[in-house]
Amino acid sequence: MTKVGRWIGQHLILFLGLLVLLYLFAPIFVVILMSFNAPKSKLSYTFDGFTWQNWQHPCRPFGLCDAVGTSLQIGLASTVIATALGTLMAFAMVRQRFRGRSATNLFIFLPMASPEIVLGSSLLALFVSSGFGGRLGFWTILIAHVMFCLSFVVVTVKARLSGMDSRLEQAAMDLYANEWQTFWRITFPLVFPGIMAAALLSFSLSFDDFIITNLNAGTTVTFPMFVWGSAQRDLPPQINVVGTAMFLLALFLVLGGELARRRRSARAR
Amino acid sequence: MSALGQLPGPVTGAPPAGEPARKGRSLTGYLLLAPGALWLLLFFVVPIVSLLAASLYDPNGSIESGFSMTWSFHNYVDALADYARPFARSLWYSLLTTAFCLLLGYPLAYAIAFKAGRWKNFMLALVIAPFFTSFLIRTLSWKLLLSDNGFVVDFLKTVHILGSDGRLLATTAAVVTGLTYNFLPFMILPLYASLEKIDARLIEAGGDLFAGPFTTFRTVTLPLSMPGVVAGTLLTFIPAAGDYINAQLLGTPKQRMIGNDIQRLFAAGAYPTAAALSVTLMAAIVVLVLFYVRRAGTEELV
Repeated sequence: MTKVGRWIGQHLILFLGLLVLLYLFAPIFVVILMSFNAPKSKLSYTFDGFTWQNWQHPCRPFGLCDAVGTSLQIGLASTVIATALGTLMAFAMVRQRFRGRSATNLFIFLPMASPEIVLGSSLLALFVSSGFGGRLGFWTILIAHVMFCLSFVVVTVKARLSGMDSRLEQAAMDLYANEWQTFWRITFPLVFPGIMAAALLSFSLSFDDFIITNLNAGTTVTFPMFVWGSAQRDLPPQINVVGTAMFLLALFLVLGGELARRRRSARAR
Repeated sequence: MSALGQLPGPVTGAPPAGEPARKGRSLTGYLLLAPGALWLLLFFVVPIVSLLAASLYDPNGSIESGFSMTWSFHNYVDALADYARPFARSLWYSLLTTAFCLLLGYPLAYAIAFKAGRWKNFMLALVIAPFFTSFLIRTLSWKLLLSDNGFVVDFLKTVHILGSDGRLLATTAAVVTGLTYNFLPFMILPLYASLEKIDARLIEAGGDLFAGPFTTFRTVTLPLSMPGVVAGTLLTFIPAAGDYINAQLLGTPKQRMIGNDIQRLFAAGAYPTAAALSVTLMAAIVVLVLFYVRRAGTEELV
């Protein structure tokens, strides 16, 4: 016991860190468990029995899969637009000298530092006052999502760009590559992981957003709005199936990337 | 996270000799910026102006009859008179949330940066992974975890932290637990980014100079990680102040935050009052943040 005690003493920080990690994962375990729940009543807030049914028929609750589909469409579209615009901005911020750079920096940071309820309500105020109040839906959601993803993309790509060794590009130039070749052969491949991370981040931000979307969605229902609506009524266990699937997909992507990186570095050695 | 991007990397510094000359660079810069900046101008700046305008509309208007601009500054007085309590509650809850996030986030960020060894990236991935399950679903799970016959309540009763008639769900504790949970990654990531940059030899040097672990932490590690602390507290405090999901799902109307009221008023079509509350929230946050950043003294934050 004292041996264990000493070991814990030495690794106290790591131990505390793992406890916090457990806190981060506690609800995930519940989501996974509840995805196999066979609820006795309509309100599925307790685990009543094990079943595979929810995984076999994820689309059974009316409107669930439509909502997921809408969220996927909006997520993909806003990711493509935000990543493209944000990457260009990040290149301008890191690689170009121009007047008003620090003001631009602040300007890009501001949406990230505004509470979602303010962003959502201000967009609603704009749409209503410009006569779009009756036409809220796919397009207004898309506009809002691109807006709040943009800042995150710029910050992520910028971090990657400014951490890059510019001597590699100079070397390419010294070897008589022109600017275009240098960009596509050297710069872009080096920045690409940052762009991918930014795209992944904006997709998850868009797919998950509720507060801003709810104010600007009109009658369009995204996945988080479906969850919110059913939380007031019956909460079908299939919601947890979608949640678990998303978690597994993320784990697969993130851990897969990490494994690939390890294998590469092992081979390089 | 945000502090990370600002560091003058080798590329942003003054171009060393031999740096390839770029022709017409300033124009290229503006061209690259233009599309994104235009989007932000149209859908971030203009909306804020619209919100300001809406907060001064005639409060007697409705969606059907339209709103007329009457410069009713009185909207602010009325809104604040009616909603002072949820307002104060929001700021108090997000202050508590920020404190708990710092308390929980620091050990984990420290462990990842200095103790995880080859598991560093793996642990970082584990911090981000729960993010991908919809946060609404995770918040609903807390409803289960904190429920009256759940094992958390049972455990707290067994160790007599909670009285035998005690409960967690529908209390302030539940709302702050949920808020802390939801915004913890926003604290951990910037903390990790600034801890990771600290040269471990500085911490060793602290030990060599006969400082105990606590003194080393207080005089070396903590001051060097301040940019991360500032960025993390801002990224936690600001969104938490506007959140209404946790208060709605884990609390009762007694715990409602200003976001709940803003959302409800907008849904009911009471735009002028809702807009006035929204503007006031933004203004309160800006004032608090400016005050805090000045005190913390990290100017190159963004």
